[in-house]
Amino acid sequence: MNVFKLKETPSQTAGPYVHIGLMPQYCGVATPPQLGAGSCPPEVEITGTVWDGDGVPVRDVLIECWQANAAGDFSDGGHAQWQRIASDFDTGVWRLQTVKPAATTDTAPHVLLWIVARGINMGLHTRVYFGDDDHACDATLTHVPQERRSTLIARPSSHDPNLYHFDIRLQGDGETVFFDV
Amino acid sequence: MTLPPHLNRRDLDWHPPALAPAYKTTRARSPQHPLVYIPQTAGDLSGPTFGHGDISSTDADLLTNFAAPGQSAIGQRILLTGRVLDEDGRPVPNTLVEIWQANAGGRYRHKNDSYLAPLDDNFGGCGRMLSAADGRYAFKTILPAPYPWPNGPNSWRPAHIHFSVFGHAFAQRLITQCYFEGDPLIGHCPIAKAIPSSDAVDRLIARLDLDGSSPFDMLAYTFDIVLRGRQATVFENRKEGT
Ligand SMILES: [Fe+3]
Repeated sequence: MNVFKLKETPSQTAGPYVHIGLMPQYCGVATPPQLGAGSCPPEVEITGTVWDGDGVPVRDVLIECWQANAAGDFSDGGHAQWQRIASDFDTGVWRLQTVKPAATTDTAPHVLLWIVARGINMGLHTRVYFGDDDHACDATLTHVPQERRSTLIARPSSHDPNLYHFDIRLQGDGETVFFDV
Repeated sequence: MTLPPHLNRRDLDWHPPALAPAYKTTRARSPQHPLVYIPQTAGDLSGPTFGHGDISSTDADLLTNFAAPGQSAIGQRILLTGRVLDEDGRPVPNTLVEIWQANAGGRYRHKNDSYLAPLDDNFGGCGRMLSAADGRYAFKTILPAPYPWPNGPNSWRPAHIHFSVFGHAFAQRLITQCYFEGDPLIGHCPIAKAIPSSDAVDRLIARLDLDGSSPFDMLAYTFDIVLRGRQATVFENRKEGT
């Protein structure tokens, strides 16, 4: 039998109109219904902005979020632990409402993020951790230079323990760590 | 915890680099640090799954999925089919394939698109379906038109359809664009040309499939999509005679 090793299909930018395909209602396309709209009663909320290298909010960004459940498991059935969020077209602020994932033996609680937008040629993988957790056990963070780890950690609000702030910087000072995974 | 087999490392030189200066928007949106390598964990190797209850069978027909009853989108009707495969050539079944596109005038149904080509009341531009057991997908739609964009003084995108594919692991997630055989604008497009290898660009070009066409109805184009494969099942190509 001939078995060919194929090359992965090259990535291309999602472009400015990615919402039509992935979050149709968000940009005014009435059908079909949106997938990844969030199905659990939220416990925690993470908000932030994606900033470009000129300090301008990325107002057309779309982020996919994938996480463990409250028992630390990644489900192999369905998509309840997956969400799509987009920044506000005017302000650039995005908001993720979810249940807090549990820690496992070698990971601290975290949400995997995949970021696509116009001007991003290949979706960027990153993670958000929670600032009030202990991250010492996390095997992934040991691969991140110490001085850049803070770019992966959401800051808890001083007045609401369930509210976190997490900015993503695509370029320049405080550039967020993106993964080759 | 037992993890599923790891995915092959991504060949980052095959994909477009983050910074492609001729594609202006990448200048401020490209990370300057190289990607940080991390071993794949449970989250990277799992991903959301979708079933036939999540979508409707009509979602794959863009000719009618937004149209008024009895109406159809305006434009050249096409059947766009292909297979979702992994790097070992095996089908990727039951995975969500989503597409979006401009209409036959080059206009997107999006609040941020103000191109002067008119909207088509019967065309939304969003389609999706699950790949079959053999990895096959098929969309009925219209051939989108090229459209201008504010990159240079006179920049036009080749006709294209955007594709989003999941695979079975979050680290396989892929968004790309499908171009059409014979379009002279492909060679002028800074987004397509951000890809370093012309062989790689060629992989994004859907081929006319005259045999697959429906006479008096639709021309067919084929476009296969390859996702990252699993390391445990990598087959080495043997040289002939060995
Ligand atoms: Fe486009």
